[in-house]
Amino acid sequence: MCGAPQQGGALAGIDLSTQTVIQGSVWHDGAPVAGAYVRLLDGTDEFTAEVVTSPEGEFRFFAAPGTWKVRSLAAVGKGERVIDAEVGLNETTVVIE
Amino acid sequence: MSRNDVLVTVDWVQENLARPGIVFVEVDEDASAYDGGHIEGAVKLDWKQDLQDPLRRDYLDKSAFEALLSSRGIGNDDTVVLYGGNNNWFAAYAYWYFKIYGHRDVKLMDGGRKKWELDGRPLSKDAHPRPATQYVASEPDLSIRAFRDEVVAAIGSKNLVDVRSPDEFSGKILAPAHLPQEQSQRAGHIPTAINIPWSKAANEDGTFKSDEQLAGLYGEQGFDDSLETIAYCRIGERSSHTWFVLSELLGKKNVKNYDGSWVEYGSLVGVPIEK
Repeated sequence: MCGAPQQGGALAGIDLSTQTVIQGSVWHDGAPVAGAYVRLLDGTDEFTAEVVTSPEGEFRFFAAPGTWKVRSLAAVGKGERVIDAEVGLNETTVVIE
Repeated sequence: MSRNDVLVTVDWVQENLARPGIVFVEVDEDASAYDGGHIEGAVKLDWKQDLQDPLRRDYLDKSAFEALLSSRGIGNDDTVVLYGGNNNWFAAYAYWYFKIYGHRDVKLMDGGRKKWELDGRPLSKDAHPRPATQYVASEPDLSIRAFRDEVVAAIGSKNLVDVRSPDEFSGKILAPAHLPQEQSQRAGHIPTAINIPWSKAANEDGTFKSDEQLAGLYGEQGFDDSLETIAYCRIGERSSHTWFVLSELLGKKNVKNYDGSWVEYGSLVGVPIEK
């Protein structure tokens, strides 16, 4: 794992012609949620990765083309979103109701 | 050995923060997590900077481990309570590591940083230097560490437990999806390995499932209790989590962690791979 990447920020250095990037932010009550746990689940709902959102509520995963579920767990509650990802940049927002 | 000997709850930690003879240690992949706030009094161990040999791919040798623990103020008689991010992956790796070097009393905080944070428990930014000690480690206990030749020889004859996600097992991706998918090794898994992802042993808040649930999980997935076992993942930290479950929580005998894991195996010339 060698240094968990910082969440959010610029895409500099990421090859979007080969990487399938799934990124976005977590929101609750009209504001981004910092420090939320966000996990990426595969088509069978199995855990693939988990990150903690940046101070701006951002997360980023490097996946593969296909259907994924992004689930957020924070002190304020849970939210989830299904996304069909393709090679390149795939953006989504997870709202915690 | 039972669950109570090797696991403590977040409540227990909060009640015992000031108790002498206990050292709380945060072990992270992302070492900035500790700097942003940690359990009051906890010592920091950076998985990469502190626990890996700076030159070769290996953990620290005995004298370097002794120097590290001495400098952090950890004594041979201290109870060491480990916790960290990533659902305790790196804390479990450190647990296995402390056992390799014979530390007598070491435990994990169930749920790690995540459970502590989700509960809204207090974090401190203060540094807590401890007076240096003269730590003396035992010779490495290699009965819990597997090397590559042993792994190749185990194909078809031991439980090989691949604890990575199903998409890594099948070769669809090469690393957990919080990392860029650019790796030099081949994709796939060791022939005859069974895929029991580490995550099936944990609840969503990072705590371990109950002993009953865990016993059922491995039984259902084809784990053979009559065989010796080797667990592996990508770099040996998630498989430490599963080693902890099998060896320390379920009390299974002859369980080894292959810390070379897929980064080594997937780069070996001529070994069999399945996808």
